[in-house]
Amino acid sequence: MFKTPAFFIDMQICTGCKTCMVACKDKNDLAQGIRWRRVYEFCGGDWVKGDDETFTQNVFAYYISMGCNHCKDPACVEACPSCAMHKDASGMVLIDPKKCVGCRYCEWVCPYSAPQFDVSNGIMTKCDFCQELIHEGKKPCCVEACPTHALSFGDYDELEALHGRKTIIAPLPSPEMTAPNLIIVPPKKAQSPDNTQGLIQNPEEVKNE
Amino acid sequence: MKTNNLPDKIVWSTCNVNCGSRCPVRLHVKNGIVVRVGTDNTKQGSSGTQQIRACLRGRGIRKWIYSPERLLYPMKRVGKRGEGRFARITWDQAFEEIASKLESIIAQYGNEAIYRNYGTGNLGGVVSHHNQIEKLMNVLGGMLNYHNSYSTAQIFQAMTYLYGKKDTGNYISDMVNSKLVVLFGNNTAETRMSGGGTVRDLVLAKKNKNARVIVIDPLYTDTVTGFADEWIPIRPGTDAALAAAIAHVLIINDMVDNDFLTRYTIGYDKSSMPEDIPEGNSYKEYILGSGADGIPKTPEWASVITGIPAKRILELAYEIGGTKPVYIAQGWGPQRHANGEQTARAICMLPILTGNVGIKGGNSGDREASFGIDWPTIPVGENRVKTSIPCFLWTKAIENHKEFTALNSGLREKKRLQVPIKFLWCFASNALINQHSDINHTHEILQNESKCEMIVLIDNIMSSSAKYADILLPGTSSFEERDLSYQGYAVEMGALFIREKAIEPMGECLTLFDICAGIARQMGKEKQFTHGMNHDQWVEYMYHQCRKIKPRLPKDFSKALEQGFYKWPRDGKPFTGLASFRKNPEKYPLATPSGKIEIFSSLLWKMSQTWELPEGDSIQALPEYLPTWGTPGKKDAALYPLQLVGHHYKQRTHSTYGNNEWLKEASPQSLWINPMDAESRGIVHGDLVKVFNDIGTTLVRAKVTPRIMPGVLSLPQGAWYNPDQKGIDQGGCINILTSQRPSPIAKGNPQHTNLVQVVKEKQNNV
Repeated sequence: MFKTPAFFIDMQICTGCKTCMVACKDKNDLAQGIRWRRVYEFCGGDWVKGDDETFTQNVFAYYISMGCNHCKDPACVEACPSCAMHKDASGMVLIDPKKCVGCRYCEWVCPYSAPQFDVSNGIMTKCDFCQELIHEGKKPCCVEACPTHALSFGDYDELEALHGRKTIIAPLPSPEMTAPNLIIVPPKKAQSPDNTQGLIQNPEEVKNE
Repeated sequence: MKTNNLPDKIVWSTCNVNCGSRCPVRLHVKNGIVVRVGTDNTKQGSSGTQQIRACLRGRGIRKWIYSPERLLYPMKRVGKRGEGRFARITWDQAFEEIASKLESIIAQYGNEAIYRNYGTGNLGGVVSHHNQIEKLMNVLGGMLNYHNSYSTAQIFQAMTYLYGKKDTGNYISDMVNSKLVVLFGNNTAETRMSGGGTVRDLVLAKKNKNARVIVIDPLYTDTVTGFADEWIPIRPGTDAALAAAIAHVLIINDMVDNDFLTRYTIGYDKSSMPEDIPEGNSYKEYILGSGADGIPKTPEWASVITGIPAKRILELAYEIGGTKPVYIAQGWGPQRHANGEQTARAICMLPILTGNVGIKGGNSGDREASFGIDWPTIPVGENRVKTSIPCFLWTKAIENHKEFTALNSGLREKKRLQVPIKFLWCFASNALINQHSDINHTHEILQNESKCEMIVLIDNIMSSSAKYADILLPGTSSFEERDLSYQGYAVEMGALFIREKAIEPMGECLTLFDICAGIARQMGKEKQFTHGMNHDQWVEYMYHQCRKIKPRLPKDFSKALEQGFYKWPRDGKPFTGLASFRKNPEKYPLATPSGKIEIFSSLLWKMSQTWELPEGDSIQALPEYLPTWGTPGKKDAALYPLQLVGHHYKQRTHSTYGNNEWLKEASPQSLWINPMDAESRGIVHGDLVKVFNDIGTTLVRAKVTPRIMPGVLSLPQGAWYNPDQKGIDQGGCINILTSQRPSPIAKGNPQHTNLVQVVKEKQNNV
């Protein structure tokens, strides 16, 4: 078991294929509208038309695969009025379904939209880092699914030593907020967090219903 | 307490659709139901043993296996074709009706009136393969053949005129030897998604050597997001103009490889033209403007056509001309146009001019090649009918066979078609309506039941095409039968999959073999068809045929079945296409008439004088840019000012899995539109919009994105046609808008050549 389990994404080889998202849905039997792992499409740039019918542009686009970052300072845990949301001994942020009252506070405070409301049961659900697989010495389902091996996992400190802590790119929130256990290799066209040009282009593909 | 989640068994199977890749899926089965889907989790080491990880489509397969659209019983149509009204019948009745119709059609029209429509929804099976239908028909005297495919008609024929054969590329792993990579319309990240295949090889090559990658495409594709250092947007169908302008810069700046051109090509300049060709027809004259059209193909000339600033074209030409080796490759999007044969050859001119053909780190300009072990297919016997139509022209062969000739429709082995198609087989084919162009016209042709008298369709799902069947038969899905599968597009490995039946067939589903055997039995030909074996025995027989190629496979079939699959690393250096020709062109000439690369094709020159073409079409001996119908600036442009293409989309493989709820949730169908075009029409992201032209109309949600060039729309191909009562499609299916007019040479499907208009559909605004 890792001291601090963390996800790692090499965004220079992520093609936004969404295999991680669908494999997660299959493994966890998630109903329509519940997305424990989401793939955000962040995109922006301007087009300028020249006099000669030609165009110039400075378009950028990249995908961010996002589950739960099992943060060091999880906002969801702090906000949960029923203590259903908790951080367990292994460092994973988990929900006790028996305690959850479905108030959705965690959903509002999480800057990564990790907690996902299950309408039919009236409670929150979320990525549990495939803890039963981890305990068996296996990889989380999404990691094992990634066709380009862009997605990985490991101990936060080890990953940080290897790749540095470069999590500050748009549209991710400042890591100061919740201290996410997420290490990324930024994409080539990474935009700074104060970028105002870019938009999440696929809101309908990532929203919780 | 949690209930026991352990599966009763875990079974190896494969996802068998036509992405061209082939991925193993590990089906976890509990109480006879697939409860979870995994993929290749075997140990991996060096190149060629990497895990063949399935993409989202393979991982989402449970939703498809258990989808409400599954066909469970044989049925007979009771409404009109397309209405989707059927009555359940028995297998015996189905076999009787099919057999009796086959007999009467053969007696009245001959075997040439029977045809199996193109369809690739289940391509991965070896025993459950559409060639069982070929085999059945060969036992009964044969049927009409087809040539080409909906994927590659234009490029394969173009490469044959230029290089004497198709598939002339280097492996993509050869990029490690390249200093620059230029990809035209080649979206590996979305068309070759398997973790064992081309996209993984691209990842490794890019990671290892980091050659600069430029992608030229109307769309900022997932390949651009994943790998490209630069994106150059281009108007669809104009790649040949860009290539000509780059050629112009290379020629006037003396950056062409003259030694290569002299030794390996004909038609570059006056000195290497075939005899009896009038002056002014060489490539150099065309480019410099001393040919027939008198136009120098300068970057300024091309900029207006392509939408790329002249300065950028100039820089690109210098970059290509000043770097070596350069890996220039095209995907299959640029060729799926009305001028696709021209475009495919024109792109190849860049490596030809710069001598990048047949060398390490270079490429012929063709699509990257892929490796494969040459596994056996089932023996199908001889087809006594030799006549062959281009697969795209099957509707014409139903509607108007008298006008179907070798010179106007690319008919082979006969000058004129003598009988119309009267009986259609469809296996795992949605090309009966959804994937064929101009759905409204196809619908009309199929409505007349006196023309094509019987349509027998075998599928797993009530697809759009299934609704047009006269007899609709439920085949087992790949997961309900035992079979073999072979590797798909991969560069560094070959593979053999031995698939076990994971679950019992649903409803009354039968394997394709059993269906064909049932019909053969009805016609007194069972023995000739089955050779005394059943489906499973044929699987085992084919396995032992495979052992002749790889003798170290276990003798005991059950051991192989338990193992699930075997991989063989290619174990070689990066492969170079046309290498022997490059090494010694005299000893290893190409299969062109001259034995050399035919920049000027003498065969096409002859065809340009003999073939009968509709007004506006032409055949060119040189790889010139050819503006065609469906090009902006042509007469429809005022009414329909936007170009429409249909890129391959991760939600589906063509139309297969188009009904999978998980995949639709992950990647819903939408129309890509640039903010410039959206704003001027008052369209915002998520609006329901109407896309239309003279051919048809469809409704779809708008994806407003700068990832597509202004003036261009993309409606990802393969979404399911779903008409309302007025025939307006509600499913965002591109083929309600595409034309049945074929390309001039290959008679291929120009499904990216479309002009349309788009407006906001106010009533349904969200």
